[in-house]
Amino acid sequence: MTAFKSLRVRLSQGTQYIPDLRAAVPSGFRGLPVLAAGACGPECNECRAVCPTGAIALEPLRLDLGRCVFCQACVEACPDEKIRFTSEPKMGAARREELVRHAGAAETTRVRASATFSRVFGRSLKMRQVSAGGCNACELELNAIANVNFDVQRFGIEWVASPRHADAIVLTGPLTRNMKTAVQLAWEAMPEPRFLVAVGACAISGGLYEEALGIDRTFLQSVGPSLFVPGCPPHPLTFINAILDFLGID
Amino acid sequence: MSSSVLVHRVDVAAVPVLDTTAWRDDLLQRCRSGARLLTLYGRRLEDDVLITAAFRDRAGGVEITRALATIEHGYHELTSELPALHCFERELHEQTGVCIAAHPWLKPVRYQGQHQSTMSSYPFYKIEGKEVHEVAVGPIHAGVIEPGSFRFMCHGEQVHHLEIQLGYQHRGVEQRLLERDPKRLTPLVETIAGDSSIAHAWAYCAAIENLSECALEIETEFARAVALELERVAMHLSGLSGLSADLGFLQGATTYGRLRTTAINTTMRLCGSRFGRGALRPGGIGMLLPAGLLADVRANLELLREDLAIINECFLESITVQHRLRGTGVLSRDQAVDLGLVGMVARASGVSIDVRHQMQEGAYQVMPLEPQVMEEGDCWARARLRIVELEASLLWIQQSLTLHDTWAQPRKPIGALAPRQLVLAVVEGWRGEVVHSLETSEAGQLVHYKLQDPSFRNWMGLAMSVRQNEISDFPICNKSFDLSYCGNDL
Repeated sequence: MTAFKSLRVRLSQGTQYIPDLRAAVPSGFRGLPVLAAGACGPECNECRAVCPTGAIALEPLRLDLGRCVFCQACVEACPDEKIRFTSEPKMGAARREELVRHAGAAETTRVRASATFSRVFGRSLKMRQVSAGGCNACELELNAIANVNFDVQRFGIEWVASPRHADAIVLTGPLTRNMKTAVQLAWEAMPEPRFLVAVGACAISGGLYEEALGIDRTFLQSVGPSLFVPGCPPHPLTFINAILDFLGID
Repeated sequence: MSSSVLVHRVDVAAVPVLDTTAWRDDLLQRCRSGARLLTLYGRRLEDDVLITAAFRDRAGGVEITRALATIEHGYHELTSELPALHCFERELHEQTGVCIAAHPWLKPVRYQGQHQSTMSSYPFYKIEGKEVHEVAVGPIHAGVIEPGSFRFMCHGEQVHHLEIQLGYQHRGVEQRLLERDPKRLTPLVETIAGDSSIAHAWAYCAAIENLSECALEIETEFARAVALELERVAMHLSGLSGLSADLGFLQGATTYGRLRTTAINTTMRLCGSRFGRGALRPGGIGMLLPAGLLADVRANLELLREDLAIINECFLESITVQHRLRGTGVLSRDQAVDLGLVGMVARASGVSIDVRHQMQEGAYQVMPLEPQVMEEGDCWARARLRIVELEASLLWIQQSLTLHDTWAQPRKPIGALAPRQLVLAVVEGWRGEVVHSLETSEAGQLVHYKLQDPSFRNWMGLAMSVRQNEISDFPICNKSFDLSYCGNDL
């Protein structure tokens, strides 16, 4: 009897994996923002005034994905409907400044592939996740990249339990002072070559917790991220596409 | 004003500020006569500390008491008589510096303020003996999860005691809440515990709306409740998936996992975020439910109910699952009451606490949810409770979408906050009651914002439940409690 019940689960389960992670667009997802070209109203400051993370700059209008928490306050505030969010999940960048969106920019982005990283990690990448003040949303989405839907293991990309086994640390959270020592130890425990990935507005810029009482981001002064994955939290497809782009995997 | 969550507001001037002796006697008296402590916290006023306690009496009413204590003399501890107060008194001491004389366990809660960066000095209990040993785990764990430090004191495989050191996730949320515009705090509130974004957002919105006399339409209340129940469904599925993985029932791990994907994708269709970011805002909602989407949501709910029935049967009948969960990590009813546990953990130990079940108004009054309670208090009870709760929530969502199939209501403006008020908002999130306490000044500014995630009270329950268990069963016990680190650390 148990066997039959198990078969029923298999039958209801069907095939769950997303065949083409590169083309998948999550329906309804609030992803890549697009800024309309053209000048804003004279001295208009509405969007910048309501942004909770200081992600918006004016003259000309720019939006920093490394700070944005996708709350839509700017969309609601803009009198000229100049800002809209698309459902595009691809938003990563290999350089911090490339996270800044400009008015009239393309509605798709791609992380520039690194020949070096591609050669060293392109066939096998082991990652250790470290949360330093993350709220468990980034952490859950990073867990999800390995579930039956996203199945990132198909590319030889996997989570590992120990920094000793890892090629990369995937950092979430704004970096709390109370995690400072642990983050440093985890980094030092990793064999070279190694690199750092910053995931979410908190890790990239401090986000909503920039300069908050419990935060100490000095670790990032000595170790700079090689890859930035924006979001609050990033969709699993945001992370997966950023990594695949970066490693030159198609 | 009607609300679907518990909101209680008082004029600060109407609450007498007692001396500590009278306040302490009164608190003991209330708890002995069956009132349940909702929260206890303090605020520094130069060399004094203003202490606030809130209770829920047997009839469901909320009462608030206050005392003024000097930093130097404080008051004599209550934890020895009421163990449920241990975490509140520790936090009160850590946040204000007030003396809590003779407290048996005055250890740091989260290494806040001047204690920061001294994490390694935590005064763990020691166990000594020829055949005993200690196992230290963390703060970074083996999985993709948040950090915390566990110290097991064992005799062979058997755990005598587990001590849990938290605080690694301390960001300073409470302070930050006071540094920003009180009407625009939702994005921040949504990150107090990201897996409970909606529960925390609702508590915040309900408090702000109450302070500004903003009443919502019942459709909006229902929309918020649908979001909250979807969050419960998603996280119960996540928990069952994790539990299945930890005990080696892989069919459960994958199937509950992909069903969670359906649940959070449904939330994303409604509000743009798989975690309900932006679903609630003061004065209304940020969710749309056009007719075409309603059909998709209904189809997803139907799929969840049908496929859940199949995997639940498999899970509950599996010999492996039963063998690992039955009798593991037992927490008796008395222990749960003494420790002041809340939410699903308390209900799995026979304690029927659920804010949704006592409402006199709002969505849960129009369409009541029957309380779900298990008696055994073991991992098996906690797993089964999550199964029946998510079945009940799915049914509730389906019925509520029949009752209100359109949510279109413009967001209402939020006016000035009433001055000199203290408001408490309590929401039954998937873990348990989320409590937000806000106080305004003479000028209507926020002077205090106290947060309380259910994890704050429940961590000690996990520590007690693993006593006399094998250390190898710890992951299962831990997953069955499914507590938040950042929600505790703030």
